[in-house]
Amino acid sequence: MSEVSVLPLPMRELRDFEEKNTLLSWLSSCDHKQLGILYLLTALGFFIIGGCEALFMRIQLAVPSNHFLKPEAYDQLFTLHGTTMIFLVVVPTLLGLSMYLVPLMIGARDVAFPRLNALGYWLLLFGGVFLYTSIFFGNAPDMGWFSYAPLSEKPYSSLPGVDFWALGLFSIGIGTLASGINLIVTVFTMRAPGVTMKRLPLFAWMTMVNSFLIVFALPALNASLAMLLIDRGLHARFFTPDTGGSPILWQHFFWSFGHPEVYIMVLPAFGIISEVVPVFSRQPIFGYGFVAASTVAIALLSFAVWAHHMFAVGLGHAMDIFFAFGSMLIAVPTGIKIFNWVFTMWNGSIRFTTAMKFATAFLVEFTVGGLSGVIFAVVPMDWQLTDTYVIVAHIHYVLFGGTMFAIFAGVYYWWPKMSGRMLSERLGTWHFWTTVLGFNLTFFVQHMLGVAGMTRRVWTYPAMPHWGLLNMISTLGAFLLAGSTVLLFWNMLRSRRHGHIAGPNPWEAWTLEWATSSPPPLYNFAQIPPVHGPRPLWDLHHPDQQDRYLNK
Amino acid sequence: MALTMTTEASKAIQHAATFPVFTPHSDYARSIAGLSAGVLWTTLGILLLVMGLVSYAVHKFREKPGASTPKPVYGNVKLEIAYTLSFIVILGVISVFSIRAMESSDPPTHQENSLLIVAHQWWWEVRYPGTDIVTANEIHIPVNQPQQVGLRSADVIHDFWVPELGRKMDIIPGIENRSWFAADVPGTYLGACAEYCGQEHAWMRIRVIAQTPEDFARWEQEQLVVPATPTDGDAARGAQDFQQLSCASCHTIRGTAANERIGPDLTHVASRQTIAAGRLENTPGNLAKWLLEPDLVKPGCKMPNLHLPREQLNSLVAYLETLK
Repeated sequence: MSEVSVLPLPMRELRDFEEKNTLLSWLSSCDHKQLGILYLLTALGFFIIGGCEALFMRIQLAVPSNHFLKPEAYDQLFTLHGTTMIFLVVVPTLLGLSMYLVPLMIGARDVAFPRLNALGYWLLLFGGVFLYTSIFFGNAPDMGWFSYAPLSEKPYSSLPGVDFWALGLFSIGIGTLASGINLIVTVFTMRAPGVTMKRLPLFAWMTMVNSFLIVFALPALNASLAMLLIDRGLHARFFTPDTGGSPILWQHFFWSFGHPEVYIMVLPAFGIISEVVPVFSRQPIFGYGFVAASTVAIALLSFAVWAHHMFAVGLGHAMDIFFAFGSMLIAVPTGIKIFNWVFTMWNGSIRFTTAMKFATAFLVEFTVGGLSGVIFAVVPMDWQLTDTYVIVAHIHYVLFGGTMFAIFAGVYYWWPKMSGRMLSERLGTWHFWTTVLGFNLTFFVQHMLGVAGMTRRVWTYPAMPHWGLLNMISTLGAFLLAGSTVLLFWNMLRSRRHGHIAGPNPWEAWTLEWATSSPPPLYNFAQIPPVHGPRPLWDLHHPDQQDRYLNK
Repeated sequence: MALTMTTEASKAIQHAATFPVFTPHSDYARSIAGLSAGVLWTTLGILLLVMGLVSYAVHKFREKPGASTPKPVYGNVKLEIAYTLSFIVILGVISVFSIRAMESSDPPTHQENSLLIVAHQWWWEVRYPGTDIVTANEIHIPVNQPQQVGLRSADVIHDFWVPELGRKMDIIPGIENRSWFAADVPGTYLGACAEYCGQEHAWMRIRVIAQTPEDFARWEQEQLVVPATPTDGDAARGAQDFQQLSCASCHTIRGTAANERIGPDLTHVASRQTIAAGRLENTPGNLAKWLLEPDLVKPGCKMPNLHLPREQLNSLVAYLETLK
């Protein structure tokens, strides 16, 4: 126990947390915890907006040949829904959790560049608000979140919606990039004594790997956005076929960002599951090395799969087969993770808190999404099923059944740390079951709709056999899902006043964020416990049974 | 305004296969459906395995009151390598079958197309190379004759997809994609544009009408006939109006001065099942509705609302109905 490391208290006197809690302190904050919460609140706001957009779409699609919405309104809604949920909900939520938790998990005072952190957040918020101001300037973007040329070019989208979309995403892209750089440097340089890379909590591991994805993928998006803007504003011809441009070039650029982006939205969620499952199973993660290494494998492979979004383009069999192999291979490290989480539960003593319930459901729902992903790597099946509702079902099983379920698990797990109070387990259980039911009702039937021939991004559809019934089920499910989310909001509001006081470590968890008070003081840690393994608090409480694993 | 389909053309919809992806009617589609069944059962098996393991863990390893902390299990390298290898084997086998099905469902194409399809926002122009036949949204083919279709776009990216008959193929402006499809049983097969192409992407539907060689030859003969311009009554007035109003500046009717290719060729418009790429059944009443308020029937469509007075509307409908 000679390595007990004590961080020196800051030289300058700090204002205490209570005093910091003013509006100005939030607006001017460079504190990673406050910025993390700002990210989460922003994402929550956009989650409500994006969710309402989804409900409007589901009302329109509830019955065949419906006239609730006009096609231009529907097209704007699905474009905004996709853009919002990806860039303004899922990514900011995961960034918010990362910004809040990574410094705590590695025993740091803050991220490496606190001001850059603030810049990243404000650029993201600005981009999001800018995107939505398009509504007041003529029209919202209506060319889809993927913005395929030449539909997104001036001759076919003459209104300014596309420009708002591109400029908004440009700002979001720079902000996200700044956050990625910040997290990499933080993990590489700010670890407390004893926190080696092999003892890094898996959430921090995956966030770090994820940040590399951000740094390599987001510039591709921003470069293609710049080209699109030059095409539209300065009459260049990057993506228009007349005078030598290529619409397929846009697809390559966009998906070379877009598929790593999928993993950017999934890897931190894997990190959450890798924290929640062990703690509530009372077992260390099964195969720490395999889980961490498989993350790196996913990150590398994610840059060799993008053209599986383009199998129907007619690129030729050789190209299709190359990207099909990449997409098949990426299923291997993903499968390893699923089985490792399942075997973490094995021989455990599982406490089914709401967080653990969501994490358990994640294992099944994400597996459905992962397996339907394998189906799209089978090129001939992709030729039939791409751009149908099977894709809509697939992405929602990955991003809702996967990422959002993990985020819900993370919210129930870390809410006590962030707020100092517990969420109600009874309300949480209601939230959980209504979410599982609503989610599967909404999206499972969409697999059937796709196989029944319903293409995606249609504002209405003819009364083909069973299409009306299946769509109605999906719409009802969506409303149940919306209701379940209201339960979560109610639970959060209630907890702010009536929640039980959490204390530093209500879950008997093992990583460093639980070694400080809830919420943590401005300076995070007065004292950091000795770190000899990936589970410092376990080692502290079980001196005779310390983790020998990876104790180098 | 209720614009629901009535009996005749909607028959095709009522009798449409529930799951066309799994109801193949050509060798191309059949090889994909066979592969799909195999892959679906495999993935279902894996899903059930995961669900089984999770359910077992949930029931078996639930915390028991008073139980002590379980002994830590840090992993099992042999087990991990075993399941890594088994994933690779399963995915490898799927890949082999996948590549075989790629060859059979999407064989190499050659220079000569038997059909040329030009996709427009939001309708399909169908040309039969070597003949004067041009139709729209409905593709007549003889059964058991593989069709190599050339796919061109007049504007943005579209996608040609008739699930029972073959793969889907994107239609990229500036490039001619080629693909195969066929039907082995006479009937009407429904499809649609599968790539988002703007406001009326939803109403860009396809009908493939597969006929016996005799029926197809008869249809071909009918389509080759240049229709006579009516000489008296409403229809004659309609024929004049057609040339004088802006109709002729977008449409073609063979044997008349109208020869523009911006909108569908109307030489035999009355012989088609639907109007506006599947939006309405082709009846005189629906045709009148469409001519009167195209912007309400199919919001966003390129067909302008000419605010036709009642008499002109009636005579135009009477004329177009003669174009069998």
